[in-house]
Amino acid sequence: MVLHISSALTASALHPLLCFCFHNTYPEMENASGLHRQLASMKKNLFDQGYLDEQFYQLEELQDESSPNFVEEVVTLFFRDSSRSMANIDEALQQCPRDFHRLDKFLHRLKGSASSIGAAKMKNECTRLREFCSEENLDGCLRSFQKVKNDHTILRQKLENYLQLLRQVGPVDRASRSGS
Amino acid sequence: MSSPRGPKACGGGAVDRQIHVLAVDDSSVDRAVIARLLRSSKYRVTTVDSGKKALELLGLESSELREIPVVIMSSENVPNRINRCLEEGAEDFLLKPVRPSDVARLCNRMR
Repeated sequence: MVLHISSALTASALHPLLCFCFHNTYPEMENASGLHRQLASMKKNLFDQGYLDEQFYQLEELQDESSPNFVEEVVTLFFRDSSRSMANIDEALQQCPRDFHRLDKFLHRLKGSASSIGAAKMKNECTRLREFCSEENLDGCLRSFQKVKNDHTILRQKLENYLQLLRQVGPVDRASRSGS
Repeated sequence: MSSPRGPKACGGGAVDRQIHVLAVDDSSVDRAVIARLLRSSKYRVTTVDSGKKALELLGLESSELREIPVVIMSSENVPNRINRCLEEGAEDFLLKPVRPSDVARLCNRMR
C-alpha cells in the first residue's frame, strides 16, 4: 500500500494533470489549462501578426523566481520611454524649421527600445521613418510616424491583455511558455 | 566614439572575487535588460544613465580608469565604428538587443 501511494506521488510529480486528478482538483486544473491555452494562443497571434519577435522570448526566458515580474517591468519601462520619445518626435515634426538631425536622435532612441523588447512592427516602421528622416522627406516622415503611433497603440493594448492574463495564470513553467 | 556607453567590468576585491559591472546606458529599457542578463550570470551590477554619472561614481584617476575593461553596446551595426571602438581599446562590442549568448561569451573572456 505504501509503495502504491509513493509511486502515485512520483507519477503526479511528473505529470501535472495526474497530480490534480489525484488531489481532486480537476476543475481548477481545467481552468488553469484553459488560461494556459489562451495565453499561448495570444502569444502566437502577437508573433504571427509580426508585432513581436524572438527578442520577446529572450525576455520571457530571463523571468524566473529571482525576477518574477521581469517581462512586465521591462514592458512598462518601454511604454513609459516610448511615449516620451513619441511626444518628442511629434514636437520635432511640428517645429519650424524642422531639425532632422534632432529628430533622428529621438528615432534612434525609439527604435532601440522597441528592438530591446522585441516590438518588431514598431522597430521596422522606425527604420523606414529614419530613412525618410535622412532624406529630409517631411511628408514621408509624417505618414510613417502615423503608422508608428498606430502600431504603438495596438501593441500596448495587446501586451496589456497578455500581461493581465499572465498575472492570472501565475508562475508558469518554462515548458509551456517557450515556443509558439 | 560618439557616446560613452557600455558595461564595464571592475576586478573584484581580494575577498570577493565576484566581478562588479557598471552598466551605462541612457535607455531605461536597455539598462533593465543588461542588468538582468548580467545578474543571471552572477555578476554584481550597478546601472547609471550617463557617462558623466559613470565617471562621477567611479571617481578614479585616468590611469586607474584605463585599467577597467570596457565593453561597448550599441544598436548601430556600423563596421568602421565598431572597429574603432576595438582599436581604441574596447574588450568587445555587443550589438543590441543583447542576448544571453553574448553575455556568456563575455563571461568566458573575463575569467
